[in-house]
Amino acid sequence: MMFPQHFWRNVAWLWLTATVLLVIAVVIDNHRDLWEVQPRPQTTNTTLATQISQGQTLLQIGNCLACHTERGQPMGAGGRPFETPFGRVYSNNITPDMAQGLGTWQADDFWRALHYGKSKDGRLLTPVFPYKHTTLISRGDSDAMFAALKTLPAETTQNPIPKVSESLDWPFNSGVAIAIWRSLFFSPGTYKPQVTQSNEWNRGAYLAQGLGHCAACHSPRNAWGASGEVNDFSGGLMPLVNWYAPSLLSAQETGLAQQSISEIALLLKSGRNATAVASGPMAEVVKHSTQNWPEADLLAVASYLKEQAQTNSASAIVNKPSITKSSGNFLSLGAKIYEQHCEQCHQAKGQGVVNAYPALAQNRAILLSDPTNLVQAVLYGGYPAATAHNPRPFGMPPFVLTLEDREIAAVLTHLRSQWGNQASEVTPLQVNRIRALQGK
Amino acid sequence: MIGKLAWFSTSLLVLTWQPAWGQGKDFKDDMAERTRACTACHGDQGKAGPDGYYPRLAGKPAGYLFNQLKNFQEGKRHYNLMTRLVDPLSDAYLLEIAQHFASLKLPYPAPALPSARVSAQVLKRGKQLALEGDAAKDVPACTACHGTKLTGVQAHVPGLLGLPLDYLNAQLGAWQTHQRKARQPDCMKEVVARLQSEDLVAVATWLSTQNMPTDTAPASKVSSPLKASWLCGSAPELSKVQP
Repeated sequence: MMFPQHFWRNVAWLWLTATVLLVIAVVIDNHRDLWEVQPRPQTTNTTLATQISQGQTLLQIGNCLACHTERGQPMGAGGRPFETPFGRVYSNNITPDMAQGLGTWQADDFWRALHYGKSKDGRLLTPVFPYKHTTLISRGDSDAMFAALKTLPAETTQNPIPKVSESLDWPFNSGVAIAIWRSLFFSPGTYKPQVTQSNEWNRGAYLAQGLGHCAACHSPRNAWGASGEVNDFSGGLMPLVNWYAPSLLSAQETGLAQQSISEIALLLKSGRNATAVASGPMAEVVKHSTQNWPEADLLAVASYLKEQAQTNSASAIVNKPSITKSSGNFLSLGAKIYEQHCEQCHQAKGQGVVNAYPALAQNRAILLSDPTNLVQAVLYGGYPAATAHNPRPFGMPPFVLTLEDREIAAVLTHLRSQWGNQASEVTPLQVNRIRALQGK
Repeated sequence: MIGKLAWFSTSLLVLTWQPAWGQGKDFKDDMAERTRACTACHGDQGKAGPDGYYPRLAGKPAGYLFNQLKNFQEGKRHYNLMTRLVDPLSDAYLLEIAQHFASLKLPYPAPALPSARVSAQVLKRGKQLALEGDAAKDVPACTACHGTKLTGVQAHVPGLLGLPLDYLNAQLGAWQTHQRKARQPDCMKEVVARLQSEDLVAVATWLSTQNMPTDTAPASKVSSPLKASWLCGSAPELSKVQP
């Protein structure tokens, strides 16, 4: 079929115009802080000391310093690496250091970083910084956090922190790529209290969706690395870190709807409760953050999450375990390994030991359809977080050097099919994949 | 009759030993139970692992063990498995774990015989470095800090005897490549930097072949404080004039 020449000319013009409009839209979208009216710093009658102490609590709720501190380096000086499917990102220095930190920043600049995900110099921050969540933080809280950060000693890391342009893979390391990503997956917002809900519910929602950034791990990430909405708690596999953050809605995974508010709060406060232990990245969150939260905030978040689990349980995906018949050899290998390496602590019927070793029978963590966390636990062992409520936890040894993939798969399949447990088989390939990804 | 009685009393014993639900067979609420994650590799009661890379923990000075646990947490020592284990723990608990292993007194295994390939010259050089140091390179003897009997010094200096050659070589190599560090000022880094690789192998070889003295306990203090130019961040008491 032939088209006249002017047709193609029109198509070209149309395409060009659409592209230019799109570029303008992306630019406008990423720089709305330049004309949007910013909330003024709140002039309250609290003293600076009160503001600083409120800010310190908020920094702890957000677990800010855990990400902005590299192992063995000064607190808040940044430099902690984060592996993403698009390359590595290092956290920034948030101490008052004049050259590398926030020394020259004002409260307005800090607000712009939290609310718009933009640095003082106008650079667009990468979404490893969870600004999807921090955008909900109120101006008053932002100012208090900034006041608290100003009291940290000005420090720098021993080696300079690599820039995003150097550490991310091409083409994701360009400002253009980050701008497009932001236009697709980020819009600044504020928390709008639900008038039909109680103050406590609203406080819980504000913290869980905003500063607490629960969904940064507890929601699935898409192919572009974007996490779900701020109130999407449907669970997700943390890319590269390789831990599965279970759904906070599903009865099978965390069962929050079935637990009392104080039980949920207890897990956050002490790192364990009657039916669960926080492990992997969540143990880190408990150690550095939630164990220090004010009691009222813990209860608020617990009651909000419980309510979310109750109202959304229908929409939570119910994974029917696909039970495959494992071969007799595989099952008897699993039983043998269990007897040799596991039974001493977890006991013959998988009943565990109260306050020491978790029961494996009817344990939600054992029955997760994604066996990633189980494989991590067997490969690397670990201790729960030592907290005021559980100061001397019992631990599990690593088996990465003693058990082969096939043995780990067999023992996990064994305990997923014993004592009333019903979950899918774990294959040596699944174990191998996780072992290989952990590297060293 | 006696046989029947014995059988009956044994079965009673077995019955009374039946664990209560969730209480755990053989479970004791103590530090040995809490440190199963450690002893799985470092051997029962921390007597050392089977393969030469997991050093003995039992009887080492508590301050030294605590410093090492913190070093793993702070990235001054590198071993992924250790780091992951100690990461969630508090300083108070790490100190308790260190004190637990420090308090265990266990016999030491017989030292390794020097391999046939090791020349007498290597052993001589090793012995010289360990007991006299190298004045030309301003390297103190091992005994200057690690105790005249090389069994360590309270509270922060480890003993050097009873350790496998593989472990000693790996550690000295790690100091050389800055994989292993201590708190600044890092005196051990300074010592290793002044020596050649051959010296390090010689001293490790000699140390690994020495018998433990009868009294294996760490010395309570160094025989004489270090020269003013030597400062150790992880064991400041070495440089102070002893009371």
